[in-house]
Amino acid sequence: MREAIRASDIESPARLAELLGEHAYLADEGLATACFLALRMGRPLFLEGEAGVGKTELAKTLAAVLGAPLIRLQCYEGLDAAQALYDWDFARQLLHLKAAEATGATGATEAARLEGELYDRRFLIARPLLRALETWPSVLLVDEVDRADDEFEAFLLEVLSDFTITVPELGTISARTPPVVVVTSNRTRDVHDALKRRCLYHWLEHPAFDREVAILRARLPACTETLAAQVAAAAGRLRAAGLVKPPGVAETLDWAEALLTLGAHDLDPGLAAATLGAVLKYREDQEAALRDGVLGHA
Amino acid sequence: MPDLTGSPGPRRFAGPERPEATGRPGGAGAPGRETVPAGAQVPGRPAGTSGPAGPAGPEPGVPAAERVIATLAGFAGTLRAAGVAADQERAAAFLRACAQLGAGERMAVYWAGRLTLCARPEDLPRYDRCFTAYFGGERPRPGRPAQPAVTVIRHTLAPPSGHGAPPDEAEDRTAAATASRAETLRHRDVARLTPAELAEVHRMLALLHARRERRRSRRLTPARAGRPDARRTVREALRRGGEPDRLRRRAPRTRPRRVVMLVDVSGSMAPYADTLLRFAHALVRAEPRATEVFSVGTRLTRITPGLRHRDPGRAMREVSAAIPDWSGGTRLGEELKAFLDRGPGARGAVVVIASDGWERGDPALLGRQMARLSRLARRVIWVNPHKGQEGYRPLTGGMRAALPYCQALVAGHSLAAFEELAGRLSHA
Repeated sequence: MREAIRASDIESPARLAELLGEHAYLADEGLATACFLALRMGRPLFLEGEAGVGKTELAKTLAAVLGAPLIRLQCYEGLDAAQALYDWDFARQLLHLKAAEATGATGATEAARLEGELYDRRFLIARPLLRALETWPSVLLVDEVDRADDEFEAFLLEVLSDFTITVPELGTISARTPPVVVVTSNRTRDVHDALKRRCLYHWLEHPAFDREVAILRARLPACTETLAAQVAAAAGRLRAAGLVKPPGVAETLDWAEALLTLGAHDLDPGLAAATLGAVLKYREDQEAALRDGVLGHA
Repeated sequence: MPDLTGSPGPRRFAGPERPEATGRPGGAGAPGRETVPAGAQVPGRPAGTSGPAGPAGPEPGVPAAERVIATLAGFAGTLRAAGVAADQERAAAFLRACAQLGAGERMAVYWAGRLTLCARPEDLPRYDRCFTAYFGGERPRPGRPAQPAVTVIRHTLAPPSGHGAPPDEAEDRTAAATASRAETLRHRDVARLTPAELAEVHRMLALLHARRERRRSRRLTPARAGRPDARRTVREALRRGGEPDRLRRRAPRTRPRRVVMLVDVSGSMAPYADTLLRFAHALVRAEPRATEVFSVGTRLTRITPGLRHRDPGRAMREVSAAIPDWSGGTRLGEELKAFLDRGPGARGAVVVIASDGWERGDPALLGRQMARLSRLARRVIWVNPHKGQEGYRPLTGGMRAALPYCQALVAGHSLAAFEELAGRLSHA
């Protein structure tokens, strides 16, 4: 692990790919360019792709490269401003009020002062979006935005377009330097175009064979070249087999790790069948794979 | 889509090499010749119309900056004409991205454009084609208008014997007669109507009030009854100097349940496809955010955007232009698989499949996909126009494979049948 690097010091996409590589994330030219532009242009990066191609992992690695905290907002239906932006700490506000009462604060001027105190920054609880604006440097991950509903998109749009949040009682809070933002989507529904327009759009693919071997080797130092090649080849065959859920890189990694845990040095069909649950999560898929002999190295 | 990652590395635009014309469309790694400074390759229209976006230009020092901007903005215009969402704001971002990456490198321009001008996976092959055409030396094709000038709605109707009444005869009917005629028309098979009658059915279909079943959302809104709302209660209390007033409450609100409709546009469904699509239009218009429509035949095509137009005629024109496989065969199993692989669009939705079940592919595959669908969807309703005929039995291979996984098999041959279907969608 190297020490943190400032975004402005990264001079080219190739250099960024190198840095990501040092943290065992192997990005291809397109993804490296996407990240580079996101850093340079201060634009959110909108990542789409199949589950398990490394969207979330990218945000984590970017944070590690920049030495910045990762602030994660997992989206779900019904996510509202109180959970995503900010909330007032009502308990403390009430306590403050009672304390003032006990010390006998009365009169018009006192009341006005008290009111001002109640809506002070210290009673404001920052939720992920506000926290990201107030932390620099930081990487904000808005994960699976397609799971949230359109109401959430509306206020996310406001935050991502000018990196400000308006608190009616307090005023506008804006980021001095915008955080690096990664928005991911699994495409369960189409996200509104207004949101996408403010982002750089990148579609992540499953990695090619060579890259997948390299990823396995980088992530699992104990994995031999032979095993990595066999696992990657089998994963490639599984992706081409028309399964319900083709395995992503995350599953390939799990699979290789499971094999290593069992002390395997190469992918023999018996072990492969025994560890199939790490890579295929549907019964039909497992049956199809065993039936069609996709696993074994012929 | 082509493998873009394995390209042989960036090429200089300004290089003296001539292109060896690779026929591969979308090959990003295909070598190009000098493009950026070449004004000749800017499309014929004046650059001003496609709008070189305002303030954001490349940094000074780029040769002939203005011509470069015009070329790049022209590229955004070409993409727009090809149906990619490359609007002005995105074009401005494209120019900024080029400035960051250097506009002289072919791959830099490629990625700058792909990242800023595209918005969905379907855009990517189009982008690749446009990029090759625009920067690869070929002249881009003239911008295709958003919808075709010619209407291609097919009324593939076998005119029944008797050929209907001459139009002038129908003029002096009383209102009661019109009403009874409409009533008869409601129950008649749309495949046996004259064009005039069909047009009337379509008018009535456009008036169909398609209410939608609602589901509980996880979003909470203020309500009279429900669970306590601490936030609002305390906020009210603070307003009164900390004196609690009364307990505020909130409850989940409801949202329309999503409906996904798959319309078979193969040859055997031709007499019904138009009417089915008009029914789909009524559904989309009623709940634009909670309806998805796909055409199936030999290729799954998402046609929801076209159906969002208010005017049925316009919507039908858009849709007929969008569907590539009118009146072909049906490979329902494969397309259902494509639909399910596309993403969990069926999850929690009411899925309506309109088809006669004449499956060209393997019925076993259709069965497996239907099983998958039935595990994801809230309900599956199969609409078969032939069910309206007397003595109909679901005997086709596809129908037999699919039926065990459907909650309902309904007719879809007449206005009355469509009204019944709409009723099924309005309540559970």
